[in-house]
Amino acid sequence: MEKLVRLLRRNARLSDGELAAMLGITAEEVAAKMEKLEKDGIIVGYAAVINEEKLNEAAVSAFIEVKVTPKAKYGYNDIAEKIAQFDEVESVRLMSGAYDLAVTVKCASVAGLGKFVQERIAPLDGVLSTATHFVIGRYKEMGAVIGNVRDEREPVTP
Amino acid sequence: MNYDKLLSEKVLGLKPSGIRKFFDIAESVADVISLSVGEPDFKTPWAVRKRAIDVLEAGRTNYTSNAGLAELREAVSEYLKRAIRVEYSPADEIVITVGGSEAIDLAVRALVNPGDEVIVPEPGFVCYSPIVRMAGGVPVPAVTREEDCFKLTPETLESLITPKTKAMFLPFPNNPTGAVMRRRELEEIAGVVGKTDMAVISDEIYSELTYGEPHVSIAEIGDMRERAVVVNGFSKSFAMTGWRLGFAGGPRRIISQMLKIHQYAVMCSPTISQHAAVTALNDCGGEVRAMTEEYDARRRFTVKGFRDLGLGCFEPEGAFYAFPSIKGTGMGSAEFCTRLIKEKKVAVVPGDAFGECGEGYVRVCYAYSVRHLSAALKRIGEFLGAL
Repeated sequence: MEKLVRLLRRNARLSDGELAAMLGITAEEVAAKMEKLEKDGIIVGYAAVINEEKLNEAAVSAFIEVKVTPKAKYGYNDIAEKIAQFDEVESVRLMSGAYDLAVTVKCASVAGLGKFVQERIAPLDGVLSTATHFVIGRYKEMGAVIGNVRDEREPVTP
Repeated sequence: MNYDKLLSEKVLGLKPSGIRKFFDIAESVADVISLSVGEPDFKTPWAVRKRAIDVLEAGRTNYTSNAGLAELREAVSEYLKRAIRVEYSPADEIVITVGGSEAIDLAVRALVNPGDEVIVPEPGFVCYSPIVRMAGGVPVPAVTREEDCFKLTPETLESLITPKTKAMFLPFPNNPTGAVMRRRELEEIAGVVGKTDMAVISDEIYSELTYGEPHVSIAEIGDMRERAVVVNGFSKSFAMTGWRLGFAGGPRRIISQMLKIHQYAVMCSPTISQHAAVTALNDCGGEVRAMTEEYDARRRFTVKGFRDLGLGCFEPEGAFYAFPSIKGTGMGSAEFCTRLIKEKKVAVVPGDAFGECGEGYVRVCYAYSVRHLSAALKRIGEFLGAL
């Protein structure tokens, strides 16, 4: 199972047949394993890794540190789930250290993002403070290096 | 100036490398998808690079002893004990060389007298025969066939032995076929070799890259150690091609003569590389396993890719090459490769570059990302479809 996940992490577009060849099992076995991975909630989605800069759509991304007061019964889950439901939010993670939730968001404009933080995140019950950092460059996303990766191997031969 | 008279006849008589000839064609075409290189696409493990940086910062840039850094020879000795269960004394049975290639050159020059015959399994690495010729020896090709899984058979070997036979190469896991020799097969070879006085130069540069059973060396069979020179290196296993570092292990009487040539030719191997290689041998087993696992997935992907295109493809069990047959296309290797590069901009190496019996095959390196392999296979499919 582990090997299949590793292959998919790098390239989720491989067909069952291709994955089967690489793993030395049958395509049917791959399909069954995938189904189980999905059913067990290990694979929760398949997404393309996008170079946002090249996409050239008017958008700004930010990383928001959120400090919250955990609720007595629900801990951090309640507030984290509330934040996760917004379409603008791309990821929500509970962190150790100086703040509690690391939230990445994408909005159409700086103004829109400001508005989103002020109107959606900050007023939530339990949010103590937010610190918003804008993304100004990207070098690697989901394990994929962004930009030109050149094959530097030269035509050398004995 | 009459350069033909000025230059050595022996050098002028060497055939240019078939891969080189083909690379020159490939370089003249723009935007080529290449499956033709012979080196890992992985970077050298970070711990190894870090060690080199530390060595530079500390200013440890002197020569090492001729045979190589003592610490590295000890690490190599331990490694060989672990990997092929053969003991070589770090004091006088190991020499650290400038790549595996230098070790091959040293072994041949230490063994061969003018007129001596050296048996060279083909298809095989292109440097063996030229090196034998430069030493005044006569290379004798030993054909390996697809129906024998490109293994050297004892019958073939026996048929080539003459009173002039001085040595043989044993290049497994093999470049370009990906063939390996199992213990039982090596025992059969040892049975033939044992009846002669010849030496065995065992080129085990791909020993870490096997995809079934672990590598076995001829040196661990019976009393073969006394006549075997085991050649290995860091380029392929540890993705350290540019560091130019290899080694040879063998009986002290042979190694001491190899060392003499080594010290006159290059003094010692690069110091920084040698320090870094200690880290590679001692601390990078995990990285090697991860790379091997990745090559294995690509190997399966590539072999299936060619079979799905209707080309026969022998199942390689080592190294990082596939050797599909193109006999069904009616084209020769050179024509196939030249047309493929001109019409579909995909570079693979003609099989006959690795010996005449490689005709009808092409060498495909799968040390590339799956995406790259997939794009190349698609174009090869279009090429075959249009024939």
